Amino acid sequence: MSTITTPFSGPHTHALRTSGQIMGLVLLALVPATVFGFYLFGWPAVNLWLITILSSLLFEAFSLKLANKPILFSLSDGSAVVTGWLLAMTLPPWAPWWIGVVGGGMAIILGKQVFGGIGQNLFNPAMLARVVLLISFPVEMTSWVTPQPLFSAHAPTFLEGLNITFHGYSLDMVSGASSLGAVRTELTQGHALSTILVPHHYTTQNLALGFISGSLGETSAVFIILGGLFLMYKRIFTWHVPVAMLTSVAVLATLFHAMNPERYADAGFHLFAGGMILGAFFIATDPVTSPNSALGKLIFGASLGALDYVIRTWGGYPEAIAFSVMIMNAMTPLIDHYTRPRIYGHTWRGATLKYSEDKLDTVHKSRDAL
Amino acid sequence: MKLFRFRGGVHPEGHKLATGSRPIEVLPMPKRLYIPMQQHIGAPAEPAVKQGHHVLKGRLLAHGQGTISAPVHAPTSGTIIDIVDHTAPHPSGLTVRTIILEADGKDEWMETETTINPFEIDPQEIAVRVGAAGIVGLGGATFPSAVKLKLGDKQPIKTLIINGGECEPYLTCDDRLMQERAQDVVDGIRIMMHSLRTSRALIAIEDNKPDAIEAMKIATNLFDNVMVVPVPSLYPMGSEKQMIHALTGLEIPAGKRSADIGVLMHNVGTAYAVHNTIRKGRPLLSRIVTVGGGAVREPRNLEVPLGTLVSELFEYCGGFIKAPERILMGGPMMGQVMPNMHVPVIKGTSGVIALTKKEITQQQTMACIRCGSCAQVCPCGLLPMELATRSNKGQFDNAIDYGLLDCISCGSCSYVCPSHIPLVQYFNYAKGAIAAQNRDKQKATETRDLAKQRTLRLEREAEAKTRAAEARKAARQAQQQAKQTTPPPSTKPVATEEAAP
Repeated sequence: MSTITTPFSGPHTHALRTSGQIMGLVLLALVPATVFGFYLFGWPAVNLWLITILSSLLFEAFSLKLANKPILFSLSDGSAVVTGWLLAMTLPPWAPWWIGVVGGGMAIILGKQVFGGIGQNLFNPAMLARVVLLISFPVEMTSWVTPQPLFSAHAPTFLEGLNITFHGYSLDMVSGASSLGAVRTELTQGHALSTILVPHHYTTQNLALGFISGSLGETSAVFIILGGLFLMYKRIFTWHVPVAMLTSVAVLATLFHAMNPERYADAGFHLFAGGMILGAFFIATDPVTSPNSALGKLIFGASLGALDYVIRTWGGYPEAIAFSVMIMNAMTPLIDHYTRPRIYGHTWRGATLKYSEDKLDTVHKSRDAL
Repeated sequence: MKLFRFRGGVHPEGHKLATGSRPIEVLPMPKRLYIPMQQHIGAPAEPAVKQGHHVLKGRLLAHGQGTISAPVHAPTSGTIIDIVDHTAPHPSGLTVRTIILEADGKDEWMETETTINPFEIDPQEIAVRVGAAGIVGLGGATFPSAVKLKLGDKQPIKTLIINGGECEPYLTCDDRLMQERAQDVVDGIRIMMHSLRTSRALIAIEDNKPDAIEAMKIATNLFDNVMVVPVPSLYPMGSEKQMIHALTGLEIPAGKRSADIGVLMHNVGTAYAVHNTIRKGRPLLSRIVTVGGGAVREPRNLEVPLGTLVSELFEYCGGFIKAPERILMGGPMMGQVMPNMHVPVIKGTSGVIALTKKEITQQQTMACIRCGSCAQVCPCGLLPMELATRSNKGQFDNAIDYGLLDCISCGSCSYVCPSHIPLVQYFNYAKGAIAAQNRDKQKATETRDLAKQRTLRLEREAEAKTRAAEARKAARQAQQQAKQTTPPPSTKPVATEEAAP
């Protein structure tokens, strides 16, 4: 007679999705926007992307070794690749190689491993790294290039690309400005919006499609939304955060635009410029650093959007997704604490549920109606 | 009828086709039955027979002890060859007092009571008979049914819910029972309604059992107050709390019972057992068991005498085609791992499932990424990932604050967890530790009380002693005084009388 001793609680069957698969799906969803970024900014963008991801993996392996954790098994969860990839998407596409390396290191070590590794971090690692880079290396982090699509006349060849990534490039050759940066600069010079947007071709349509200067993977709203919808369809995240965040920005932008259209850009501009869409679908939805309950997600998303709008419009930086995300990350435990779901048999406040006799009577009687 | 959607839930793969389409077969009477004294929630039964006794089928083998307990009867005629400690059908592998009955092959019934019309007798009487027949909740909870039927006296039960949900994968014993013996099940339901003085019964059946729904609809056709309600197939629909919510929109208030909101739930198998007892005078001697799982050659439903060894069920079903990784009693979501196959079928055994390694799909546990899937599927509104960290760190008070004791251990959270974290395992550990703490506290209080009582008793005794001593002293003094005043005794007999104790 066989003896089977596995003193183990149920369930003895499991759904098939694993954490590694979740990360895989996120990466898959990032592909369209990334490939578009490669096309738009050419070989230097590919180099930077590769360098950022590889250094993230390297720093992750290094930390795992220090912590005596199984390296290959832990790396296989894919979280370091996701972090590196997301960070790369937010970097200026022609940034030098060491921006990717320092960024990867900051994201993995300072953003994640010091908190205890995957699932333990308070802040979104990619955004933390971006903030560190932006404050430490403002020149490199705000040097934008005008799109040089692959195979176009001015596109750098593979070798030129290596040269740009590893030896730098002369800024005046290709310098452009990000949409948010350009608008901000001109506004501070006293120009009216109507004289800024049109000459720069900052129409909502152009911004949405993404043929503009900007970060490696942030310019094309269309491709990012495509990836985001795919993840929602796959139930990797729910609609709450993106919808709350974008709605809050749209409402604020529309409101102020209505008050003074020459000073405040409209909702279309704010939604599609900068990192708004990438932030809404891929950064703010990070489960580790955002609230769990639906209500919490709505609060988180709406506050995040409002914060970003306020900083963009009146603050010291033209774009503030990273800052806003980090501030809201810090609020997440608090939001989680106050938005716990109602437990079965309890009221929202945790007391025992009570029904009146009348209510019970009505319910029971209504069960007769077939 | 308007249904309600309870929160969360999961859709595990059903695996019900293999057994759901095949008629129930009666297992040939095994040579030996191993009948545990504990097949129910409550106090174990006490043997009423001795080694060497010959018993007829249906004869009482063991008395129930106290209010929450259930008697046990002989599933066939034969000889009691021993009363021993045998491995219990429980993951711990601990033993339970077990009567071993050797069948004589005649399967000879003892005389049973003449049939009665249940609707003419006192409702109380039905509960008494159900209790005497050893009927317990056959859905797996094994709570003595009579105790629940008697609740009708204490508070009005407005709706009786009959649970034909059978939401656990693999299990089809209730499905087949409803398909093949619908009339008897409905009769049992009506008897229970009479016992509870309830005028309304809802039979809830998951919509993945269309044949059972059809059969039960036909069987209830004549009765306006018994309704078949198809409910969505969503695990854990068969859980009392969730089923009541789905059918009424009401939740059982925390710490209360369903009767407090006028609802009572019984399983279809229990209704069938009630029918057998009241109409035919037969105690609970057998039950329908699904023998399933990918390791079994020919899975099917069997009507099995209580006390049959699990190994014999698998043998009857053609043995194994693959080596089983785990043998379960119950379904794969909440069923329990058996220590070996030499354990008996008991009243709550809805299925014995032999799972292959491939079916278990358990992978190495990874870190929690707070994806929130567990919170989304929790039917109780809990945050399993928060409970898990607190349970693991031994912060039990904190875990209770997060609703640990509201957890029904349905396993939906562990089922969906992409990091394969054994959440239920953690919760069961914490619940066990909390129960142990409470027991210790209780013990400490009791010990303190006893010690206090002892001190008081000793004080009382000491006081009584001193008082007695004083009284004796006073008496002696009084005597001496009396001796001095009265003349000395002249005759001996008086002195001997005085010396006498």
